[in-house]
Amino acid sequence: MTTQEQEILSQLLQQYRDLPGALLPLLHAIQDAIGHVPDDAVPAIARTLNQSQAEVRGVISFYHDFRTTPPAAHSLRLCRAEACQSMGSEALAAQLRAQLGVDDHGHTADGQLELRPVYCLGACACAPALQLDGQLHARVTPEKLSALLASCSKEGQC
Amino acid sequence: MLTLYIPMDSVACAVGADAVAAEFAAEAARRKLDINIIRTSSRGLFWLEPLLEVDTPQGRAGYREVSPEQVASLLDADLAANGEHLLSVGLVEELPYLKSQQRLLFARAGITSPLSLEHYLAHGGYQGLQHAARLSHDEIVAEVLESGLRGRGGAAFPAGIKWRTVRQAQAEQKYVVCNADEGDSGSFADRMLMEGDPFLLIEGMTIAGLAVGASRGYIYVRSEYAPAIAVLRQAIDIARAHGYLGEDVAHGGHEFDIEVREGAGAYICGEETSLLESVEGCRGTVRAKPPLPALHGLFGQPTLVHNVLSLASVPLILSRGAAWYRNFGMGRSLGTMAFQLAGNVRRGGLVERAFGLTLRELVFDYGGGTASGKPVKAVQLGGPLGAWIPPSQFDTPLDYEALAAIGAMLGHGGAVLCDDSLHLGQMARFAMQFCAEESCGKCTPCRIGSTRGVEVIERLLAAPDAAERQRQRALLDDLCDTMQYGSLCALGGMTPFPVQSAMRHFPADFGLESQEKAR
Repeated sequence: MTTQEQEILSQLLQQYRDLPGALLPLLHAIQDAIGHVPDDAVPAIARTLNQSQAEVRGVISFYHDFRTTPPAAHSLRLCRAEACQSMGSEALAAQLRAQLGVDDHGHTADGQLELRPVYCLGACACAPALQLDGQLHARVTPEKLSALLASCSKEGQC
Repeated sequence: MLTLYIPMDSVACAVGADAVAAEFAAEAARRKLDINIIRTSSRGLFWLEPLLEVDTPQGRAGYREVSPEQVASLLDADLAANGEHLLSVGLVEELPYLKSQQRLLFARAGITSPLSLEHYLAHGGYQGLQHAARLSHDEIVAEVLESGLRGRGGAAFPAGIKWRTVRQAQAEQKYVVCNADEGDSGSFADRMLMEGDPFLLIEGMTIAGLAVGASRGYIYVRSEYAPAIAVLRQAIDIARAHGYLGEDVAHGGHEFDIEVREGAGAYICGEETSLLESVEGCRGTVRAKPPLPALHGLFGQPTLVHNVLSLASVPLILSRGAAWYRNFGMGRSLGTMAFQLAGNVRRGGLVERAFGLTLRELVFDYGGGTASGKPVKAVQLGGPLGAWIPPSQFDTPLDYEALAAIGAMLGHGGAVLCDDSLHLGQMARFAMQFCAEESCGKCTPCRIGSTRGVEVIERLLAAPDAAERQRQRALLDDLCDTMQYGSLCALGGMTPFPVQSAMRHFPADFGLESQEKAR
């Protein structure tokens, strides 16, 4: 961790230490502030919450949302549940494989975009749906997907 | 002045509602036109979204699937006088899709602004709590018991019995926990309600707190629903600032406050004991029952755990009375249910009706069949662990007992349609794969069984001849039996439902002969 990250961490530990069942809210807060939960934050978290490091690591690894490495510049979560499957989400996944060479849980060769499957975004009546950098898009067509990908590359980051 | 209503529901925005609202504001400014844009919740008629509504002397006139490019032409038309336009759908409340519904929980959907306490109060909000405040704890519990309300999360347990158990438990601290981990695909009623009418949930939880003697409530929301989390947190702050939460919620010295907890992407946390573990800051592994959460729940204390729609039903039951509520429904399935039409469907959306509607009415009268125009192949009812139902069974009424009788379940009320291009052998494989990915890992039938299930289905689908298929099928039946009866919770216990229903009704997709022929 950088000095700045360490400062953020100790501030958050202070803020959450007395909250009942603090670990999940704390991990969310750390991830929101730093972008991931650095492994070298674990000893301090465990000490503060009076838990073992194994317990803390167990929680981090159990939940799909927590990550221990920095995220890519763009994150794409494509819904793969039944409603979206029935409206062509598998074809969108195939398009991503063909167009960007990126597969579930993978990232593009330049590391700019990562793809994660998600099982339901609550947009089932306007399937298929995806989330790009936290923004929900529904009734996604292959053309719309291409346009979304082009828009994040235009920003010079994708 | 022209008053326009545009939803701020996240799915309406995902198909362009924000852009439409922005364009209206910009175009009106260019024309120096005085307009009032009110951002409302969604009616849940998602096939029409973004749905623009305009105040006219006759009522709210609607315009469907509006895009920013059409804003100028809409302003050219005489909107305030219900002027003609290509996108016009007429008066929204006269649409058969909406007019035939019995909206109790979603009475305010599309009408009010989610974070306007003023709107909420003007449309009947907090009358339930007012009434509850005049009753004793036991009288509130008796009212809920009398209403016949059953948990809307899937298990359909009688709510009043749960309330009575928590009420009678002796403890210093009790909790009300709202299970807002709506992870079942095809379900979006909780999301709509939390985003669109957050005070209703807050009021329901407050009444529950009053009844059972709990001073703290938690709403555990899945992280995929970030907009719902944001709306709820704001609504809680507003309610607290106006004395509807805090130290004296019903002017009887009752303390009740609510905190929103965000999940972290684990489907299993929708199971109530996993959810409690997660709120406590642990891995979301299932607890063995007993002890029941009602007696030994969050932090070991008596806890009332309910789904969003169960809690949201309570204010109405208190304000209108249990007897009134019982008028809706059939048999032991009382009240209304929020059915959710999704997937390959022409008119997808929320349909709130009393129990007893048939699946055929839901799929064809409301849904209009598939979006692709191809024949409906099947409907999966009740999420990824629900059974696939073939059209031959579409006349089954949608009530808990009738569905159980055909080996299906209503679950959370989500119905996912598919046309004949969907391969149910692949969907059966997907069900096992989903279970393998989402299993909490605590019990062997679920953890190992699901992984084995994927392998066996793959072998079944790739089997070279009938004899090999029968061998794999026997193995799969045996495995499903073990998972169903040996798993600790419903994840492993119900994964066999989509698998076996797919095999039973669509044997051809597995290369199998139908059972009737085989006999």
